[in-house]
Amino acid sequence: MSAPTLAPTRRHRRAIGERSPWFHVLMVPFTLLWVAPMVFVLAVSLRPFSDIVARGLSALPTTLSWEGFETALTTGGIGGALRNSAIVTVVAVVLSLFLASLAAYALSRFRIPGRTVILLLMLAGNLLPPQILLIPVAKITEALGIYDSLFALIIVQVGFGLGFYTFVLHGFMRALPNEVFEAARIDGAGPVRIYALIVLPLARPSLAALTALATTWIFNDLIWAMTVLRTEDNFPITAALLNLQGGFVSQWNVVAAGAVIAAIPTAVVFFIFQKQFVSGLLVGANK
Amino acid sequence: MPLIVWVFLLVPLVVEAFWVFWPAMNSFSLSFTRWNGIGAAEPVGLGNYQDLMSDPTFQTALRNNVIWVIGFGGLSVVIGLALAVLLNRPGRGIGLYRAAIYLPMVFSLAVTGLFWRVLYSPDGLVNFSLDSLGLGALERQWLADPDVALYAVLVAAVWRQVGYIMVLYLAGLKGVDPSLEEAAAMDGANRWQRFTRIVMPQLRSVNGVIFAVTVIDSLRTFDIVWAMTRGGPYNSTHLLSTYMFEQGFTLVNLGYGSAIAVVIFALAIVFIISYLVRSIRQED
Repeated sequence: MSAPTLAPTRRHRRAIGERSPWFHVLMVPFTLLWVAPMVFVLAVSLRPFSDIVARGLSALPTTLSWEGFETALTTGGIGGALRNSAIVTVVAVVLSLFLASLAAYALSRFRIPGRTVILLLMLAGNLLPPQILLIPVAKITEALGIYDSLFALIIVQVGFGLGFYTFVLHGFMRALPNEVFEAARIDGAGPVRIYALIVLPLARPSLAALTALATTWIFNDLIWAMTVLRTEDNFPITAALLNLQGGFVSQWNVVAAGAVIAAIPTAVVFFIFQKQFVSGLLVGANK
Repeated sequence: MPLIVWVFLLVPLVVEAFWVFWPAMNSFSLSFTRWNGIGAAEPVGLGNYQDLMSDPTFQTALRNNVIWVIGFGGLSVVIGLALAVLLNRPGRGIGLYRAAIYLPMVFSLAVTGLFWRVLYSPDGLVNFSLDSLGLGALERQWLADPDVALYAVLVAAVWRQVGYIMVLYLAGLKGVDPSLEEAAAMDGANRWQRFTRIVMPQLRSVNGVIFAVTVIDSLRTFDIVWAMTRGGPYNSTHLLSTYMFEQGFTLVNLGYGSAIAVVIFALAIVFIISYLVRSIRQED
């Protein structure tokens, strides 16, 4: 009985997921074209400036040199900028995920009046175009005396990201089984203990996804840095990169090296946390 | 409810209110003033908005933003969806193709901009490739030519965005019921018919998310334009956001810059609300 009904299904399944030889014939050149910009910039960054002048930007590299990287890191100021970015990113990611997890815990496990409205309002804050905040934020940091400090950049990043992180964590925490919480309550655990010993450990997968995503976002930010910072010594890598471009106009190996240096940290995060990164992209956008 | 839970909620809420909602409201009131940041702001009523109407750069920026939404959204959605359909299968090399395509989206928009500046430079890869292909006549100064600069920047932005759209569609395709497609195949529907009649209708919610996200992102787009052209040559690549930044921070016309920001907000709000409605439906 089963053979005649199964056979056509199997054939059609093959027809749908068919593996035609054209697939790779199409995909290999397309993918090569897609990665070509990255390979090209990497190649430029590894060439000595004299070679670029002599043989043109698009020539195949014959000699490799760290000259571009050295110049970018030292006189180009990328080294210090990398340190600034690291400080801002680590502190802002930890602080915003911590605060967001507190808010998400309160909103998801307690009967707070109007909690849906509060949650949506917080999410809406993250969706606002930052342009509508820039001028007043610059003025507020000036008034508080923190303008042009890494602290200002950190607190602004935290404020702007909180809504989205809270929303995502809320969805996750709400789905945690009630029994766990009841058992903990019966054992006499208060809200703080439950948060620290139950909610945080259980929320690890979504915290990991958000960490991967938030790290990329904050590390990659340019507009907030340009809004609250003025001194070059305080610039994170993206802002410093634009400065580098202005200062080393035709030294393409230095500009390319700076761009490669700025690309490496997020690429590393991506390769290590690929799964979390992709699931981070999906949270909030899709279910 | 224990007091500590109120603290848990209120501390983050106050931080966001202070750094997001309060400044947002301030932008509205600033937009009705003329202010260079020193001394007091001078109230001008709707003056800034009237000036915007007759400001040619604003009109360019507005038109560019429309081109940007259509080009950025259209191209990345078409390419991203095509790639998702192609790569939605198990098999050797699939993971590698996917990773290669969404790798650019981990780079900042500033880095993407610089990458493409190198590519577009007079003897960069783009002109070199055209020359090698015997298309030397098409070579040009991509970022210095007001007729093509905006599109040159657009290509760079799409290159980065495609991976994200592909990820969203790949997730959506996972939720597509394969038995429906098989049944249609049995009834003799060809690939294209199955895609348009069976698969696409099931991707409706993903399409909705992508539409809202694309418009909101398009209105926010700033970094890549700033990194590549700063709105030039001759203001030809300004988007609303870059023009706002130039007015607000380079020229310190704080009232005028705020008015442009309010326009950006007004254009985004419908899509923000549609995104929120979608989110609340998922929550329930």
